[in-house]
This record gives sequence, C-alpha cells and structure tokens, in this order.
Amino acid sequence: MSTAAKIPETVSVVNALDVERIRRDFPILNQDVHGKPLVYLDNAATTQKPLAVIEAIEHYYRHDNSNIHRGVHALSERATEHYEKSRSAVQRFLHAADNKEIIFTRGTTEAINLVAQTYGRKHVGAGDEVLITAMEHHSNIVPWQILCEEKGAKLRVAPINDRGELEVEEFEKLLGPRTKFVAVAHLSNALGTINPLRKMIRMAHNRNVPVLVDGAQAAPRMSVDVQALDCDFYAISGHKMYGPTGIGVLYGKAVLLEAMPPYQGGGDMIASVTFDKTIYNRLPYKFEAGTPNIADTIALGAAVEYLEQLGLDSIEQHEHDLLAYATQLIEKIPGVTIVGTAKEKAGVLSFTMDNIHPHDIGTILDREGIAVRTGHHCAQPVMQRFGIPATVRASFGLYNTRPEVDALVKGIHKVNEVLG
Amino acid sequence: MSELRELYQEVILEHSKHPRNFRALDAANHKAEGYNPLCGDHFTVYVDVQDGAIQDIAFQGAGCAISKASASMMTQSLKGKSAGEADELFTKFHDLVTGHGNGDAMGKLAVFSGVSEFPLRVKCATLAWHALRAALRGDQEAVSTE
Repeated sequence: MSTAAKIPETVSVVNALDVERIRRDFPILNQDVHGKPLVYLDNAATTQKPLAVIEAIEHYYRHDNSNIHRGVHALSERATEHYEKSRSAVQRFLHAADNKEIIFTRGTTEAINLVAQTYGRKHVGAGDEVLITAMEHHSNIVPWQILCEEKGAKLRVAPINDRGELEVEEFEKLLGPRTKFVAVAHLSNALGTINPLRKMIRMAHNRNVPVLVDGAQAAPRMSVDVQALDCDFYAISGHKMYGPTGIGVLYGKAVLLEAMPPYQGGGDMIASVTFDKTIYNRLPYKFEAGTPNIADTIALGAAVEYLEQLGLDSIEQHEHDLLAYATQLIEKIPGVTIVGTAKEKAGVLSFTMDNIHPHDIGTILDREGIAVRTGHHCAQPVMQRFGIPATVRASFGLYNTRPEVDALVKGIHKVNEVLG
Repeated sequence: MSELRELYQEVILEHSKHPRNFRALDAANHKAEGYNPLCGDHFTVYVDVQDGAIQDIAFQGAGCAISKASASMMTQSLKGKSAGEADELFTKFHDLVTGHGNGDAMGKLAVFSGVSEFPLRVKCATLAWHALRAALRGDQEAVSTE
C-alpha cells in the first residue's frame, strides 16, 4: 500500500503558517516579563501589531500627513489615495459588493451604536422587539437597551445551552411579528462559540428582519464573506485584527445605508450646507463626519493586507490546531473546568479552577510571563448564565505556538502549587 | 516566586479558604456593599455598633483569595474598636498595601504587606475596607472600586 495517498480534489490545501518567521514581524513579542519570555495569550482583548502596521503609521506622519477629500495639493492627494485604498482593501477582505458599503468608525462599538441610533431609531417603535443572544459582548447589548428604553421597545434574548451554543430553535421562536432587528455575535469573545449565522440570517430574512453581525472576534480568525452570509450589517475592530486601536468598520448593504438618516453631523458628510437646508453627502461619506482617523485607517489597510498575505484559511487552521492542542491538555488538569465547549468554536479558551478565583490565577500566570485575561470579558450575562463570577481566558493569535500552550499548562500547574 | 509567596502567605490562603465571620448579621445596624466591576468581586459588610463600639462585624460575598482573606481578617481585627479607630486602621492598612507603611501596630494584618508589589491587587485587598467605611458612614449606595 502506498503511503502517498492522493488528495481528493474537493479538499483544498491550506498552507501551514511559518510562525517562526511571522514572529519576527511582531517586535513586541521579543521581550521578557518578570524574567520570563512573554507568552501573549490575550488576543481576544487586543492583538499585537506587525511591523507593516507600525511602519504604515510612521510613514503617513513622516511623509503624507494632511487632510483628505479637500486639498488640491500633493500631500492631500496622497493621503486621500491611501485612505481610500484602505477602504478598498477592507471591501475585498469582507467580500463586500461595493466600497461605498464600507464605513470607517472608531471600532465595533461605534459601528453598532451607529446602526442602533440611525436604522434603529427610524424603524424600532413602541412595543417592537430587538432580538439578541445570551452570548453577546456588552457592546452588542447596551446600544440596543438604550434604543429600546428610548422607544418603549423590548429587548429579547435567545438562550444558549450548557456548551455555550445558541439554541437555534428558541432563537427562531423569538423571531415574532414585533421583531424589528436582530443583532448577534459571529464568534463569542467569552466562550469562543461560532454561531450558525447563515441559518439564523435566513430565519430572520424570512420574516423581513435585518441582521447585524458583531464580527470583532471573527474577522481576525476566519475568512468573512458578507455577501455569502447575506448579513445586513457587519461590524469589526482594527485592533483585534492586528491593526491599530481607534479604527473599525461598519459594513452595511448599500440599499439600507442609503435610506438611513446620518449618524453625526459635520464636515465631510455634507454635499452642501445653507442655513435652510443641508444636503448630505453620498455613501460612504454620509456616515463619516469630521476629519477621520486617517493614519490608523491607512494602517488598518496594511493589517488587512498582512492577513491576506498569510491567508485567512491558514490562520484559521493554525488557531484551530492551537485550540485543540490546548483544550486536550488543559481539560486533563484536575480541578479545571472549560467554560464554552461548543462544537463550532475558535480562538478562545475560557476556564475556571475549583476554589481558585480567576484573578489569583491571572496574577500567578503573569509572574510566569503569561498574559491572559481574567474577569467577565465584558459579557456579564454569559457569566450569570454559567453561574460564575469570572473566568480565565486564553485567546490565541496567528503568532502563538504549541510551546506557548505548554508554558500555559505549566503555569496552571504552578497555580495549583501556590494556591492549591 | 518569592514575591508570589509574599503575596499568598499561608495565613492569607487559610483565611481565603476558611473565612471568619462569613455570614449575614441580623443584628447589624450598619451595612454596605463593596463591588469591583473589573473582576466582579462583591462583598456585603455588616456591622453592629453599640455605644460607639463595634459589637459585632461579619461579611458575605464572593471574591479572590486576597479580597476574601482581607475581609475575613478585617472582621477579626475590628471587634470592640470604635468607628474612629476602624477608620484609622483602614488608613494604615491602605498605606501598607500601597507600600507607604511598615505594618507596625497592625497585628496579623501586616501579612498583607506583599500586596504592595502587585499594584493591580490593591483594590482586592481594600474592597471590604471600603465597604466597611461606607457602612459606618451610613452610605446607602454600593461602593465601587472604580
């Protein structure tokens, strides 16, 4: 029997990441913390930045800094060109139909607030309902609570099971005649659960309900195709996908964005202004009032290009390998309980330890050079669902390695040694 | 490692696993909640003050080893003290865990000196004390570390 089995044509070959080379792109990783090599496993909070991103920011301020969309001079022309090139890069990254559907915001939070305050205020009224899930980040809960309170509408929450998976049948039941909007995470930041978006979006669309997807955690971890998903809005944050803080994106279907009232008033979002009447600018500028965060937008474009060069499928496979490796090691440690055991899961490993508070675990791991998040992860309702105050969360990135997972496992044993 | 041992001293671990005066106090005439929104630690401190002196003191709630041990040892060290003395002790304790005091005349509470090497844990160590101060002042709102 030949060992060189033929690869079936239906299986695509995904290139493995050259992590050793990748790590050289991230200068911050090369440091000691408390005398130990840094093991950065807090990527769901924020990712580190590759040189391409750091250099894009520096290059802009050294060579191109000027205001966009107005100057006739060379610098303004260059700045505008780079800024708009970023928009096209993000369009490609999200597989959007048109680059006017890409609105730059400060981040996922602002993108969600934008939709709640424009589409939401226009279409949600007294007695109506907004449907979310029990695994949402606070940023996909509170904007809808504010809207519902203002309008006398009701926030409905689709439940999750003990593995941290959405109960899809319950979700469908909650889609009622008064449901005017659905907002859901693509990938849960606290549990790692990947939601069955296509099915959920189909269910909502069958009832003519639009769907916003919080893609903050998914965008750096898997290929996102907003047209294949058929979502109406998709929100992402630059800093969670190896780009800068303070920059994010709202994708929206052009037909919806066209009909929405503006979010903020100011420069750049207008076509003409008189004291009698202001005519708003066309998309996407209608939603980009004021001088934007030009440098970080350009650097976000560099981050997107970096991810595309490595390949989202390769990144997904690499992180899947790390998660599987970490899960089988950590679930064996006595006293450890993994929180969030969905079949479809990525990037995030949350756990608790018997009789040891996550905060104490975090302190001991920190002394081992290991950065993890401890706390409620801005998802307090998730903690309440599982009856725990907090978890320890290790979250993986494209530069993490199996030896780093081994260091985490060793660190957990150290916790037992010190506190057990 | 030695800094970790300084932080998690045996006495502290023992109190965190077996906290003293860990109950509701029906006779309490002062009560307040302390809450750390960053980590979710949450304690209620009950105080029974008679003739200006702390007759009895107890606490309930959930938190990390440092916050729980601190609450437990606080209740032990305050019985019989006046409100003013309790406040003074808090000031000394705060100085100790922020690295400004030496732990003199603090009795067992001196074991918390190791916290000063972990600035992020100062809030844990002082959470119950903040609640105590609020209780004695009669504040109704839950006190927050933020």
